Amino acid sequence: MMHELLTSTPSWLNFAIFIGLGAVLLGVVLGFVTYAILAERKVIGFMQLRIGPNRLGGRFGLLQTVADVLKLLLKEDTIPKKADRPLFILAPVIAFVPAFMVIAVIPFTDKLYFADLGVGLLYYLAISGLTTFGVITGGWASNNKYALLGGMRAVAQMISYEIPLVMSVIGIILLTGSLNIISIVEFQAGQLWFIVLQPVAFAIFMIASVAELNRTPFDLPEAESELVAGYHVEYSGFRFAFFMLAEYVYLFAMASLVTVLFLGGWYPPFHETLPFLLYIPGVVWFLLKFSLVVFFMFWIRATFPRLRADHLMEFGWKVLLPLALANIFVTALLKELFFRS
Amino acid sequence: MIRTEEMLLNVGPQHPSTHGVFRVVIKIDGEIITEATPVIGYLHRGTEKLAEDLNYTQIIPYTDRMDYLSAMTGNYVVCHAVETLMGLEIPERAEYLRVIAMELNRVASHLVWFGTYLLDIGAMSPFLYAFREREMITNLINELCGARLTFNYMRVGGVKWDAPDGWIQKVKDFLPYMREQLEGYHTLVTGNEIFLSRIKGIGKYNAETAIKYSLSGANLRCTGVKWDLRKDEPYSIYDRFDFDVPTETEGDAYARYLIRMEEIRQSIRILEQAVEQFPSSGEIMGKVPRVIKPPVGETYVRIESPRGEIGCYINSKGKPQPYRMKFRRPSFYNLQILPELLKGQNVANLITILGGIDIVLGEVDG
Repeated sequence: MMHELLTSTPSWLNFAIFIGLGAVLLGVVLGFVTYAILAERKVIGFMQLRIGPNRLGGRFGLLQTVADVLKLLLKEDTIPKKADRPLFILAPVIAFVPAFMVIAVIPFTDKLYFADLGVGLLYYLAISGLTTFGVITGGWASNNKYALLGGMRAVAQMISYEIPLVMSVIGIILLTGSLNIISIVEFQAGQLWFIVLQPVAFAIFMIASVAELNRTPFDLPEAESELVAGYHVEYSGFRFAFFMLAEYVYLFAMASLVTVLFLGGWYPPFHETLPFLLYIPGVVWFLLKFSLVVFFMFWIRATFPRLRADHLMEFGWKVLLPLALANIFVTALLKELFFRS
Repeated sequence: MIRTEEMLLNVGPQHPSTHGVFRVVIKIDGEIITEATPVIGYLHRGTEKLAEDLNYTQIIPYTDRMDYLSAMTGNYVVCHAVETLMGLEIPERAEYLRVIAMELNRVASHLVWFGTYLLDIGAMSPFLYAFREREMITNLINELCGARLTFNYMRVGGVKWDAPDGWIQKVKDFLPYMREQLEGYHTLVTGNEIFLSRIKGIGKYNAETAIKYSLSGANLRCTGVKWDLRKDEPYSIYDRFDFDVPTETEGDAYARYLIRMEEIRQSIRILEQAVEQFPSSGEIMGKVPRVIKPPVGETYVRIESPRGEIGCYINSKGKPQPYRMKFRRPSFYNLQILPELLKGQNVANLITILGGIDIVLGEVDG
């Protein structure tokens, strides 16, 4: 259905349908964010011998995040007197909008996707880089020393890890011969998942994506014990909520991207030898793999201490980047030798 | 033309990692600290001056609030000073209770340090694991003296409360569990590559500097100086126990970490022996006059607190109140080295170095 819609001639009806679908997607993503925050608190609580939210919305605290968001929306919106007012207001928006834009190119199943771009992967990587502007703008406009330090760290980190992230997926692009995410999934269904074909790329991608998401152990930009809260130290109310929201929407997007790039998207494992697995809908498989990736990221957060800024840079440039480059070289070589057809 | 300038950054007194109300004003060039000026005194309550108007027994609760993570050693040092001045005999059972309480408190104090230090470095979970064990110790001490933090347990001449029925057994049961958990911490934290890269070679100084700055406790022992008052000037009944004084030679934050972890194990060893030897009956208070009036004279005693050498000086004019009282508060002395260690480090190391010194602000500010 999506395919027909996307290829049909533009009309007001199509436009309206897309608006409706977009709203549905927004709802799904926001719903995810709500429950991802709850899940994170529950999972980490479990790992840290705590209970986590357990009051609001029954035993499992199902309404806790809703209440938290409502509280944030009702809070007084303060803007520091000495802050750069227009930039201060603009920053959360710049950080937030790309987070939603990237979701457009993620295919959830072969029928459920919102844009089938020929250069989908490139689009994702390019747009997600824009968030950095929001972060540095926020850090700068706050006119706060901690925020400035946090913003500087964030930008240095995001740029440094963006490069290995992009380099790591080049191996996949080489093997698939396409930047289209759906073709990448279809390629994996025919061959092997890229987690098997490109294990090094997978490791680099996972590390770099955790760094891109500013999550522990790469949460330096908002290192509480050093910079109090980093770039959003002056933000309150719904502007703060926007930064947080952007972070979790990226978690959603990144986990989806890992699922489609490395874990075979909506296809079950071994579906050629075990064809009955195909009876389970693709969405379920997608959700399953996706949840695994998200859980993995929560797990990392509960386990590791934080890296130091200079170590982080060294690791990004001196370890990840050369590894990624070597991976591209080896992949190209292997492709020339074995996959030449 | 690009111009760079130094930034003056105020860290604290309300900062999550200054462990209370410590403040340090740093000049930074990018993220590199060029100058650091500590500012203390936000928690100053004038304990020493207040003590001049108090009876000796009334001073004891004030010591609870100095080093609040290790109130037992604070209690002990003031009682020990008065007892030395008066030449009192302490019943054996009371001494055992004191040692058990102090060593349990030492373990609890090091656990708090371990947890909060990891929290400073950015790992949240070990903090909660350490507090689970600390909670058990707190409960044990609560059963002993009815308080969880400010114990006010010891008295001149003995202790206030006897151990309740079955309490010694509970301590006995706790010790093997604590040993096991300690292994768990090592598995989770000590081998972690990120953790090691954060603390190895950070905040390094040699034995000469340490002695020059009058450091004590783990801050001194990390440079290879074997100095532990429990061994070198045994007080109470510490000469009856077999334990080691861990030392390292590196003098960095990692060495201090290893020493504190090892000290937990040594404290467990002492506790194991103490609960074995614990006399089944006996007095808990020695023969103490109704009004405690030490003779004219002065005394200085020092003992080993979890943070180092805690000392108490009393100048008595033969009155129920001291004429002058002075505490050597180890956190205060240990903190003095901070500006020197911070020079040339980055902001992330500031937290690692400050946390590694292990200060308690109640003690620094007195």
